[in-house]
Amino acid sequence: MSEPGRELTDLYRQIVLDHSRHPRHQGRPEHYNREAEGHNPLCGDKVRIYLQLQDDLLQEVAFEASGCAICRASASLMTETVRRRALLEARAAVDEFDRALSTGAGATLTGDLAALGGVSQYPSRIRCATLPWKTLLAAMDATAATVTTEQESIQR
Amino acid sequence: MSLVTASPPLDVEAVRGDFPILAQQVNGHPLAYLDNAASSQRPLQVLEAMQNYYTHDHANVHRGVHSLSHRATDHYEAARETVRAFVNAASVREIIFTRGTTEAINLVAFSFGQRLQAGDEILITAMEHHSNIVPWQLLCERSGAVLRVAPINDAGELVLAEFMALLGPRTKLVAVTHVSNALGTVNPVKVLIAAARSRGIPVLLDGAQAIPHQAVDVRDLDCDFYAFSGHKMCGPTGIGVLYGREAMLQDLPPFQSGGDMILTVSFKGTTYNELPYRFEAGTPHIAGAIGLAAAMNYLTRLGLPSIAAWEAGLLSYATGLLLQLPGLSIVGTARDKASLVSFNIAGIHPHDLGTILDQRGVAIRAGHHCAMPVMERFGLAGTARASFAFYNTRGEIDQLLDALRLAQRMFA
Repeated sequence: MSEPGRELTDLYRQIVLDHSRHPRHQGRPEHYNREAEGHNPLCGDKVRIYLQLQDDLLQEVAFEASGCAICRASASLMTETVRRRALLEARAAVDEFDRALSTGAGATLTGDLAALGGVSQYPSRIRCATLPWKTLLAAMDATAATVTTEQESIQR
Repeated sequence: MSLVTASPPLDVEAVRGDFPILAQQVNGHPLAYLDNAASSQRPLQVLEAMQNYYTHDHANVHRGVHSLSHRATDHYEAARETVRAFVNAASVREIIFTRGTTEAINLVAFSFGQRLQAGDEILITAMEHHSNIVPWQLLCERSGAVLRVAPINDAGELVLAEFMALLGPRTKLVAVTHVSNALGTVNPVKVLIAAARSRGIPVLLDGAQAIPHQAVDVRDLDCDFYAFSGHKMCGPTGIGVLYGREAMLQDLPPFQSGGDMILTVSFKGTTYNELPYRFEAGTPHIAGAIGLAAAMNYLTRLGLPSIAAWEAGLLSYATGLLLQLPGLSIVGTARDKASLVSFNIAGIHPHDLGTILDQRGVAIRAGHHCAMPVMERFGLAGTARASFAFYNTRGEIDQLLDALRLAQRMFA
């Protein structure tokens, strides 16, 4: 029986596998006033983000996702990161996460998000991890259109 | 089939020696290249043919008065004759070099498409690759024609009765894949062609997935158009072929325009070249055509019946092993199937499978395979697909199984 090896355990860390199996804040919440859908046309991953925004505070952040383990875990970890945070803080968190993964600097991520750091070494999987975050940004900005991973970079 | 059993077995180890790319380690494991439906690898014989051409004979074709241009033209036209013989076309005038299957289909959609009027119908199937859907959708937008889609059943087979029912007085073209890239289904194309032609309806076959695996005889098929790519049959990328029945091509307006496709150009008017040059504007991919001919010679030397027999063995071996994995379901279980297996494993997304397998040296495709309507038909976001060529071995399929078991343990 072969073992996974360091590369695979670095990508699929226990926290990632745990969040993909048991996602936090999954499903449409009872109360929300913002939502957005994200789509990765290359692989068909779909994410929907629901927000309850009150006085610039993200009271509720929840998601629905049909996608790979990396995408689901990233969405789940994201909700834990930005829930009950101010809009500005959440934007900064999105920015930091996107930059860390897209510049190969996954190792700079801290806290539970560090578990997703290995993704930055897999170019074909970075979009799986960033899709929920791009979708969160669209929900915060209340942009109507579906976002896709093929848009150049996260819009401000 | 007696033809298959009578064919001499392949010496696969010797064949693999012709493909140096296969003898490498990927992520610390021997490469098991099982993504042949996306693109095959090419043997040294193809690379050498192209290198010889560029080293000794290159110039532009069909125009120069000098020796190199004559030689280049001779090689290019000899390649066309090799293609003609390979698909048993009646004449080299019926062999048009294109960039690939996609461009070949676009040529027909553009040139044949100019005949279509509002209310006319084009009939395709629910198992088509995007390249045999989108050109027709665009044609429908331009002309007001209507795209009709014959359904497939749960095994991924065309529902013949529905197909026949959709053949009507308004049907102006049938465009069907010979072999499905996402499901492996081999369509009963002779039956479809006979039905269409008895009603006077021309038929285009998308042969991209068929031609690497079985002998194709366009006259026996009696199709009007047959489109295929070089890179899926051990030839170069950027070269493909549209076979067109001469009587059909004769009446079609040009596709792309420019040099080589004209006889005379003046500002009063332009006259077009004869077949097949009328459909080959600009300097063609000369080296690509030469490489494609070398690939066809290579496949002919191995013997397409021998190739088909080996691949059928790989398919049944892989199918048997895969079905032993708990939670694995095969998508596409047609009775007549090419050597590929599309599958899903419960609880593991195809992309995660693709990444884990890659870390074990196993190259497969994960996703919608450019056939999103097929995925929609089966209610799937995608599948993992292992597709085999004649140079693959049972050992590589064992390696695939080991890697899938590892993925199942990781996600248990």
